Amino acid sequence: MNFRAVWAIYRYEMTRFFRTLMQSFISPVISTSLYFVVFGTAIGSRIQEVEGVSYGAFIVPGLIMLSVIMQSISNASFGIYFPKFIGTIYELLSAPINFLEIVIGYVGAAATKSLFIGLVILGTASLFVDLTIAHPFAMIAFLVLTCVSFALMGFIIGIWAGNFEQLQLVPLLIVTPLVFLGGSFYSISMLPDIWQTITLFNPVVYLISGFRWAFFDMADVPIGISLLAIAAFTGLCLAIVWLIFRTGWRIRA
Amino acid sequence: MAPILRITDLKKTYDGGFEALKGVSLDIEEGEILALLGPNGAGKTTLISTVCGITVPTSGTVTVGGHDIITDYRAARSQIGLVPQEINLEPFEKVWNTVRLTRGMFGKKRDDALLEDILRRLSLWDKKDTRIKELSGGMKRRVLIAKALSHEPRVLFLDEPTAGVDVELRKDMWEIVAELKKQGVTIILTTHYIEEAEAISDRVGVINGGQLLLVEEKKALMERMGQKQLTIELREPLSAVPEALAEFDLELGEEGQTLTYSYDTRKERTGITTLLSALSDNGIVLRDLVTRQSSLEEIFVGLVKEGAA
Repeated sequence: MNFRAVWAIYRYEMTRFFRTLMQSFISPVISTSLYFVVFGTAIGSRIQEVEGVSYGAFIVPGLIMLSVIMQSISNASFGIYFPKFIGTIYELLSAPINFLEIVIGYVGAAATKSLFIGLVILGTASLFVDLTIAHPFAMIAFLVLTCVSFALMGFIIGIWAGNFEQLQLVPLLIVTPLVFLGGSFYSISMLPDIWQTITLFNPVVYLISGFRWAFFDMADVPIGISLLAIAAFTGLCLAIVWLIFRTGWRIRA
Repeated sequence: MAPILRITDLKKTYDGGFEALKGVSLDIEEGEILALLGPNGAGKTTLISTVCGITVPTSGTVTVGGHDIITDYRAARSQIGLVPQEINLEPFEKVWNTVRLTRGMFGKKRDDALLEDILRRLSLWDKKDTRIKELSGGMKRRVLIAKALSHEPRVLFLDEPTAGVDVELRKDMWEIVAELKKQGVTIILTTHYIEEAEAISDRVGVINGGQLLLVEEKKALMERMGQKQLTIELREPLSAVPEALAEFDLELGEEGQTLTYSYDTRKERTGITTLLSALSDNGIVLRDLVTRQSSLEEIFVGLVKEGAA
């Protein structure tokens, strides 16, 4: 294992993050505040409580997940797409490193960034609503797993993308609907029966449900299944990444 | 001593079916400078990319310092520095960070003193905190070299290091190469500037159509293929070459002021003495004599044409 290489890539990617620190933090803070104004105030005045939790607090886990998922994907996809785009990928390919080291470096950095952003949103949210976290360790674990798995997915998108449009395509067309329909802003039990069943095919449901459990000790699906779902998703992404590097798909001619 | 780089029957066919390398074999000794000469699309960059791990060979083997580039890629690649043809640098990054990244990626321990030394030698030290986009084209190329040297490679590939670079910088680049050679670095450079190969290389390889047409000591190559020309400036212009001198196959220059005689340096007799006495026998008075050796360029053009024919 070339630990120095992993560290070098991680560090380099993190300096990019710190270089744009203001943008990285300000945009999630502003959008979180907007969500609170729109959802918390407008809808919250009608919905008051969901299963004993105030609506404002109820949407916090979903809001964090929403940002963290989007950030993980965009950070990781951009992180690996950019070297491809400007040609610096030659360096990754000619260095004495293997796929695992490249992935740990890039995905690790992307996940760290979105983890930071998730925590910033949590901090911002706590300014608007009273939050008590029932299972803090589980909350952090869920957050980290989500960051890592979606950063892996972003990494795959970044490798696959042939241009900037494609880079935006998957997050916009697939991930956004899945996240919005995944119970970020409502409880699954509020849906008609048929939609409750359909929703169970949405992987994001398990994430948000599990994350919400960590906050409020209440969930749409059992916590064990949530854990299983995210583990399976992470495993799937890892397998795809492994295949990509094994075959050199879209990277090595 | 075993060669530092051994390429054996290397073939590369791209997915589209294009055969970029058609069985290249080449041994390079430690410490030498080899210039790979060839027109665009000859396979120079593919050859380098394959050795460096950027493209996967279709067949054949390559060893660097005895390590196979596929089965023992870590050991092989850690000995190679690559300066790519395109200026592939992240524009927003600072010089120091990007050089440090390369060293790290090659698994080398942080060594700021060494990096400082490299940057100083390349006149980049005062630019170390400058963002790459603010550098001139020549400076960017130096950054690429600094990156390639940052992990102390034994073999350095320079892919067209002076393409699109002004004359002054080209001379600088040659000096840098000479300096590296002194330090014992083996250098393989590709170029289509023949004067570059002529100026700095020990050996010259000519590649075209994915095949290595020849590899030879530069001097031997030039001597073997070398035609020399003797140009005679005349006191009085001639309207035509005199009949008596027909056997020398002379060429009359513009306005009849010069006569040019071509001869082969390899031959026992160059015929110069006979020519000179024949000239004076015919009452032709000389003002000056100039000899000129054919350049690599002429040799190269001849070879590529031969290969195409």
